Amino acid sequence: MTASDDDSGPAQPGKLPLTQVPPDGEGEPITGLPFSREIGMRLHQAEDGVAVVSVPYDERLVGDPETGVLHGGVITALLDTACGWAVMASAASLKSTATLDLRIDYMRPATAGEAVFSRAECYRLTRSIGFARAVAYNSDPADPVATAQGAFILDRVAEKEA
Amino acid sequence: MSRTPPPAERQAERDAVLAALTGTVPYNRLLGVRFDRLGDELTGRLPFREGLVGNPFLPAIHGGVTGSFLEITALMQLAWDQVLGLMEAGGEAAERIAAGRFPPVPKTIDITIDYLRPGRPRETFARAQVQKTGRRVANLHVEAWQDSRARPIAMLRGNFLMPREGEG
Repeated sequence: MTASDDDSGPAQPGKLPLTQVPPDGEGEPITGLPFSREIGMRLHQAEDGVAVVSVPYDERLVGDPETGVLHGGVITALLDTACGWAVMASAASLKSTATLDLRIDYMRPATAGEAVFSRAECYRLTRSIGFARAVAYNSDPADPVATAQGAFILDRVAEKEA
Repeated sequence: MSRTPPPAERQAERDAVLAALTGTVPYNRLLGVRFDRLGDELTGRLPFREGLVGNPFLPAIHGGVTGSFLEITALMQLAWDQVLGLMEAGGEAAERIAAGRFPPVPKTIDITIDYLRPGRPRETFARAQVQKTGRRVANLHVEAWQDSRARPIAMLRGNFLMPREGEG
Protein backbone atom coordinates (compact mmCIF):
# COMPACT_ATOMS: atom_id res chain seq x y z
CA MET A 1 0.00 0.00 0.00
CA THR A 2 1.14 3.53 -0.62
CA ALA A 3 0.19 6.71 1.12
CA SER A 4 0.60 10.41 1.54
CA ASP A 5 -0.56 11.97 4.76
CA ASP A 6 -2.41 15.02 3.61
CA ASP A 7 -5.59 13.68 2.09
CA SER A 8 -9.02 12.88 3.30
CA GLY A 9 -11.74 11.03 1.45
CA PRO A 10 -12.17 7.35 0.76
CA ALA A 11 -9.37 5.17 2.02
CA GLN A 12 -7.18 4.07 -0.84
CA PRO A 13 -3.50 3.78 -1.59
CA GLY A 14 -2.05 7.22 -2.09
CA LYS A 15 -4.87 8.81 -0.13
CA LEU A 16 -4.67 7.46 3.39
CA PRO A 17 -6.58 9.69 5.79
CA LEU A 18 -3.95 9.37 8.46
CA THR A 19 -5.35 12.05 10.70
CA GLN A 20 -9.03 11.72 10.01
CA VAL A 21 -11.12 9.66 12.37
CA PRO A 22 -14.54 8.89 10.93
CA PRO A 23 -16.97 10.53 13.36
CA ASP A 24 -19.70 7.90 13.33
CA GLY A 25 -17.48 4.97 14.25
CA GLU A 26 -18.74 2.97 11.29
CA GLY A 27 -15.59 3.60 9.38
CA GLU A 28 -15.24 3.92 5.67
CA PRO A 29 -14.86 1.24 3.02
CA ILE A 30 -11.30 0.43 1.99
CA THR A 31 -11.67 0.95 -1.73
CA GLY A 32 -8.05 1.12 -2.87
CA LEU A 33 -7.08 -2.47 -2.07
CA PRO A 34 -9.19 -4.72 -4.32
CA PHE A 35 -9.24 -7.73 -2.00
CA SER A 36 -10.00 -5.60 1.07
CA ARG A 37 -12.84 -4.05 -0.91
CA GLU A 38 -14.09 -7.46 -2.04
CA ILE A 39 -14.50 -8.74 1.51
CA GLY A 40 -15.94 -5.45 2.76
CA MET A 41 -13.10 -4.23 5.01
CA ARG A 42 -13.61 -0.85 6.64
CA LEU A 43 -11.10 1.59 8.08
CA HIS A 44 -12.18 3.12 11.38
CA GLN A 45 -9.03 4.89 12.49
CA ALA A 46 -5.51 5.53 11.22
CA GLU A 47 -3.37 7.99 13.13
CA ASP A 48 -0.25 8.18 15.30
CA GLY A 49 0.78 4.65 14.46
CA VAL A 50 -2.57 3.14 15.36
CA ALA A 51 -5.12 1.68 12.94
CA VAL A 52 -8.51 0.06 13.41
CA VAL A 53 -9.88 -2.06 10.57
CA SER A 54 -12.93 -4.33 10.48
CA VAL A 55 -14.39 -7.05 8.30
CA PRO A 56 -18.14 -7.70 8.35
CA TYR A 57 -19.62 -11.13 8.90
CA ASP A 58 -20.27 -12.66 5.49
CA GLU A 59 -21.23 -16.24 4.64
CA ARG A 60 -18.73 -16.23 1.77
CA LEU A 61 -15.93 -15.91 4.35
CA VAL A 62 -16.88 -18.92 6.45
CA GLY A 63 -14.21 -21.54 7.17
CA ASP A 64 -16.23 -24.10 9.13
CA PRO A 65 -19.59 -24.83 7.50
CA GLU A 66 -20.79 -26.62 10.66
CA THR A 67 -20.40 -23.61 12.93
CA GLY A 68 -20.47 -20.68 10.49
CA VAL A 69 -17.20 -19.36 11.95
CA LEU A 70 -15.08 -17.13 9.68
CA HIS A 71 -12.00 -18.75 8.12
CA GLY A 72 -8.67 -18.14 9.84
CA GLY A 73 -7.40 -16.74 6.56
CA VAL A 74 -9.91 -13.90 6.82
CA ILE A 75 -8.49 -13.01 10.24
CA THR A 76 -4.98 -13.19 8.75
CA ALA A 77 -5.99 -10.76 5.99
CA LEU A 78 -7.59 -8.43 8.55
CA LEU A 79 -4.57 -8.43 10.90
CA ASP A 80 -2.13 -7.98 8.00
CA THR A 81 -4.10 -5.02 6.67
CA ALA A 82 -4.46 -3.39 10.11
CA CYS A 83 -0.76 -3.80 10.90
CA GLY A 84 0.29 -2.43 7.51
CA TRP A 85 -2.02 0.53 7.98
CA ALA A 86 -0.68 1.22 11.49
CA VAL A 87 2.84 1.27 10.08
CA MET A 88 1.79 3.67 7.34
CA ALA A 89 0.08 5.87 9.93
CA SER A 90 3.24 6.15 12.02
CA ALA A 91 5.23 8.54 9.81
CA ALA A 92 4.44 10.97 7.04
CA SER A 93 7.55 10.09 5.08
CA LEU A 94 6.45 6.56 4.18
CA LYS A 95 5.53 5.84 0.59
CA SER A 96 4.51 2.22 0.99
CA THR A 97 5.12 -0.86 3.08
CA ALA A 98 5.13 -4.60 2.51
CA THR A 99 4.76 -7.41 5.01
CA LEU A 100 8.01 -9.20 5.82
CA ASP A 101 6.58 -11.62 8.32
CA LEU A 102 3.52 -12.06 10.44
CA ARG A 103 2.95 -14.33 13.44
CA ILE A 104 -0.64 -15.02 14.45
CA ASP A 105 -1.98 -16.77 17.56
CA TYR A 106 -5.61 -17.86 17.47
CA MET A 107 -7.28 -17.67 20.89
CA ARG A 108 -10.85 -18.54 20.01
CA PRO A 109 -13.17 -18.82 17.00
CA ALA A 110 -14.68 -15.53 15.86
CA THR A 111 -18.34 -15.31 16.86
CA ALA A 112 -20.55 -16.37 13.94
CA GLY A 113 -22.75 -13.55 12.71
CA GLU A 114 -20.56 -10.74 14.09
CA ALA A 115 -18.07 -8.38 12.50
CA VAL A 116 -14.41 -8.75 13.49
CA PHE A 117 -12.28 -5.71 14.33
CA SER A 118 -8.54 -5.37 14.48
CA ARG A 119 -6.66 -2.70 16.37
CA ALA A 120 -3.02 -2.49 15.35
CA GLU A 121 -0.15 -0.36 16.57
CA CYS A 122 3.24 0.26 15.08
CA TYR A 123 5.35 0.23 18.23
CA ARG A 124 8.75 0.78 16.66
CA LEU A 125 9.93 2.32 13.43
CA THR A 126 13.52 2.05 12.24
CA ARG A 127 14.94 3.41 9.00
CA SER A 128 13.96 0.27 7.07
CA ILE A 129 11.51 -1.67 9.20
CA GLY A 130 8.27 -1.06 11.06
CA PHE A 131 7.35 -3.39 13.92
CA ALA A 132 3.64 -3.79 14.56
CA ARG A 133 1.32 -5.80 16.75
CA ALA A 134 -2.42 -6.23 16.60
CA VAL A 135 -5.39 -7.81 18.25
CA ALA A 136 -8.53 -9.11 16.53
CA TYR A 137 -11.81 -9.13 18.45
CA ASN A 138 -15.59 -9.08 18.06
CA SER A 139 -16.52 -6.35 20.54
CA ASP A 140 -13.99 -6.43 23.38
CA PRO A 141 -10.25 -6.21 22.68
CA ALA A 142 -9.71 -7.90 26.07
CA ASP A 143 -11.43 -11.02 24.68
CA PRO A 144 -9.30 -11.53 21.58
CA VAL A 145 -10.03 -13.81 18.65
CA ALA A 146 -6.37 -13.60 17.68
CA THR A 147 -3.22 -11.59 18.23
CA ALA A 148 -0.50 -10.84 15.72
CA GLN A 149 2.98 -9.43 15.56
CA GLY A 150 4.87 -8.61 12.40
CA ALA A 151 7.69 -6.79 10.66
CA PHE A 152 7.06 -4.54 7.70
CA ILE A 153 9.64 -3.29 5.24
CA LEU A 154 9.38 0.42 4.53
CA ASP A 155 9.57 2.33 1.30
CA ARG A 156 10.38 5.87 2.39
CA VAL A 157 9.77 9.00 0.38
CA ALA A 158 13.08 10.15 -1.09
CA GLU A 159 14.60 12.69 1.26
CA LYS A 160 17.96 13.70 -0.17
CA GLU A 161 18.07 11.70 -3.35
CA ALA A 162 19.31 13.37 -6.46
CA MET B 1 -18.68 -56.82 1.44
CA SER B 2 -16.55 -53.89 0.38
CA ARG B 3 -16.38 -53.29 -3.31
CA THR B 4 -13.02 -52.83 -4.99
CA PRO B 5 -13.49 -50.53 -7.95
CA PRO B 6 -11.05 -50.60 -10.86
CA PRO B 7 -8.11 -48.19 -10.46
CA ALA B 8 -9.38 -45.53 -12.89
CA GLU B 9 -12.76 -45.39 -11.20
CA ARG B 10 -11.06 -45.27 -7.82
CA GLN B 11 -8.93 -42.30 -8.87
CA ALA B 12 -11.94 -40.47 -10.27
CA GLU B 13 -13.82 -41.12 -7.03
CA ARG B 14 -10.96 -39.68 -4.99
CA ASP B 15 -10.76 -36.62 -7.20
CA ALA B 16 -14.48 -36.09 -6.76
CA VAL B 17 -14.25 -36.44 -2.97
CA LEU B 18 -11.31 -33.99 -2.86
CA ALA B 19 -13.27 -31.44 -4.91
CA ALA B 20 -16.30 -31.92 -2.63
CA LEU B 21 -14.16 -31.50 0.49
CA THR B 22 -12.61 -28.31 -0.91
CA GLY B 23 -16.04 -26.97 -1.83
CA THR B 24 -17.53 -27.44 1.65
CA VAL B 25 -15.55 -24.38 2.81
CA PRO B 26 -17.16 -21.17 1.51
CA TYR B 27 -13.93 -19.15 1.82
CA ASN B 28 -12.13 -21.67 -0.44
CA ARG B 29 -14.79 -21.02 -3.08
CA LEU B 30 -14.51 -17.23 -2.69
CA LEU B 31 -10.76 -17.32 -3.32
CA GLY B 32 -11.14 -19.93 -6.08
CA VAL B 33 -8.70 -22.38 -4.47
CA ARG B 34 -8.63 -25.93 -5.83
CA PHE B 35 -6.36 -28.93 -5.30
CA ASP B 36 -4.53 -31.40 -7.49
CA ARG B 37 -3.60 -34.78 -6.07
CA LEU B 38 -0.54 -36.97 -6.55
CA GLY B 39 -0.67 -39.93 -4.22
CA ASP B 40 -1.38 -38.45 -0.80
CA GLU B 41 0.26 -35.12 -1.66
CA LEU B 42 -1.92 -32.15 -2.51
CA THR B 43 -0.96 -29.14 -4.59
CA GLY B 44 -3.08 -26.08 -3.97
CA ARG B 45 -3.86 -23.88 -6.96
CA LEU B 46 -4.94 -20.25 -6.73
CA PRO B 47 -5.79 -18.85 -10.16
CA PHE B 48 -5.24 -15.11 -10.39
CA ARG B 49 -8.09 -12.65 -10.62
CA GLU B 50 -8.24 -8.88 -10.08
CA GLY B 51 -10.21 -9.19 -6.84
CA LEU B 52 -7.23 -10.82 -5.09
CA VAL B 53 -4.94 -7.81 -5.52
CA GLY B 54 -3.66 -5.84 -2.53
CA ASN B 55 -1.43 -3.32 -4.23
CA PRO B 56 -2.89 -2.28 -7.59
CA PHE B 57 0.20 -0.25 -8.55
CA LEU B 58 2.66 -3.14 -8.72
CA PRO B 59 0.24 -5.03 -9.00
CA ALA B 60 0.66 -7.64 -6.28
CA ILE B 61 -1.63 -10.20 -4.67
CA HIS B 62 -2.90 -9.10 -1.21
CA GLY B 63 -0.68 -10.49 1.54
CA GLY B 64 -3.83 -11.63 3.31
CA VAL B 65 -4.77 -13.70 0.26
CA THR B 66 -1.36 -15.36 0.09
CA GLY B 67 -1.48 -15.99 3.85
CA SER B 68 -4.99 -17.41 3.52
CA PHE B 69 -3.91 -19.67 0.66
CA LEU B 70 -1.03 -21.07 2.74
CA GLU B 71 -3.33 -21.70 5.71
CA ILE B 72 -6.00 -23.28 3.49
CA THR B 73 -3.38 -25.60 2.00
CA ALA B 74 -2.25 -26.69 5.47
CA LEU B 75 -5.81 -27.30 6.69
CA MET B 76 -6.76 -29.14 3.49
CA GLN B 77 -3.72 -31.43 3.65
CA LEU B 78 -4.65 -32.38 7.23
CA ALA B 79 -8.32 -32.86 6.35
CA TRP B 80 -7.44 -34.88 3.25
CA ASP B 81 -5.09 -37.20 5.18
CA GLN B 82 -7.97 -37.86 7.54
CA VAL B 83 -10.53 -38.39 4.77
CA LEU B 84 -8.21 -40.66 2.79
CA GLY B 85 -7.71 -42.79 5.88
CA LEU B 86 -11.46 -43.13 6.35
CA MET B 87 -11.98 -44.01 2.67
CA GLU B 88 -9.33 -46.70 2.88
CA ALA B 89 -10.79 -48.05 6.09
CA GLY B 90 -13.99 -48.84 4.19
CA GLY B 91 -17.26 -49.71 5.87
CA GLU B 92 -19.45 -47.13 7.52
CA ALA B 93 -16.74 -44.46 7.71
CA ALA B 94 -16.17 -44.67 3.96
CA GLU B 95 -19.89 -44.52 3.30
CA ARG B 96 -20.17 -41.29 5.29
CA ILE B 97 -17.39 -39.76 3.15
CA ALA B 98 -19.08 -40.97 -0.04
CA ALA B 99 -22.27 -39.26 1.15
CA GLY B 100 -20.36 -35.98 1.57
CA ARG B 101 -20.25 -36.08 5.38
CA PHE B 102 -16.75 -35.09 6.37
CA PRO B 103 -15.09 -35.10 9.80
CA PRO B 104 -14.74 -31.77 11.66
CA VAL B 105 -12.03 -29.47 10.28
CA PRO B 106 -8.74 -29.03 12.17
CA LYS B 107 -8.30 -25.65 13.91
CA THR B 108 -5.38 -23.28 13.59
CA ILE B 109 -3.47 -22.68 16.84
CA ASP B 110 -0.70 -20.43 15.54
CA ILE B 111 1.01 -19.62 12.27
CA THR B 112 4.06 -17.66 11.17
CA ILE B 113 4.17 -16.40 7.62
CA ASP B 114 7.30 -15.20 5.83
CA TYR B 115 6.72 -13.12 2.73
CA LEU B 116 9.68 -13.59 0.41
CA ARG B 117 8.59 -12.09 -2.91
CA PRO B 118 5.57 -10.18 -4.15
CA GLY B 119 2.75 -12.33 -5.50
CA ARG B 120 2.54 -11.44 -9.17
CA PRO B 121 -0.71 -11.43 -11.15
CA ARG B 122 -0.58 -15.08 -12.17
CA GLU B 123 -1.51 -18.49 -10.77
CA THR B 124 0.01 -19.42 -7.39
CA PHE B 125 0.70 -22.94 -6.16
CA ALA B 126 1.27 -24.32 -2.66
CA ARG B 127 2.29 -27.57 -1.04
CA ALA B 128 2.25 -28.54 2.63
CA GLN B 129 4.58 -30.89 4.46
CA VAL B 130 3.35 -32.45 7.64
CA GLN B 131 6.34 -32.31 10.00
CA LYS B 132 4.60 -34.07 12.84
CA THR B 133 1.13 -35.35 13.66
CA GLY B 134 0.46 -36.04 17.29
CA ARG B 135 -2.76 -37.05 18.96
CA ARG B 136 -3.85 -33.44 19.40
CA VAL B 137 -1.48 -31.24 17.44
CA ALA B 138 0.01 -31.28 13.94
CA ASN B 139 2.91 -29.13 12.76
CA LEU B 140 3.11 -28.19 9.09
CA HIS B 141 5.34 -26.23 6.75
CA VAL B 142 3.80 -24.80 3.60
CA GLU B 143 5.44 -23.10 0.63
CA ALA B 144 3.77 -21.06 -2.07
CA TRP B 145 5.36 -20.34 -5.44
CA GLN B 146 4.48 -19.10 -8.90
CA ASP B 147 6.86 -19.58 -11.84
CA SER B 148 9.49 -21.61 -10.08
CA ARG B 149 9.21 -24.06 -7.22
CA ALA B 150 12.73 -23.03 -6.20
CA ARG B 151 11.64 -19.41 -5.77
CA PRO B 152 8.89 -19.46 -3.14
CA ILE B 153 6.88 -16.26 -2.70
CA ALA B 154 5.81 -17.09 0.85
CA MET B 155 6.19 -19.76 3.53
CA LEU B 156 4.12 -20.73 6.53
CA ARG B 157 4.91 -22.69 9.67
CA GLY B 158 2.02 -23.56 11.91
CA ASN B 159 0.49 -25.69 14.64
CA PHE B 160 -2.99 -27.08 14.17
CA LEU B 161 -5.37 -28.66 16.65
CA MET B 162 -6.73 -31.99 15.41
CA PRO B 163 -10.39 -32.75 16.06
CA ARG B 164 -10.93 -35.19 18.92
CA GLU B 165 -11.95 -38.74 18.11
CA GLY B 166 -15.69 -38.96 17.77
CA GLU B 167 -16.10 -35.20 17.99
CA GLY B 168 -18.68 -33.63 15.70
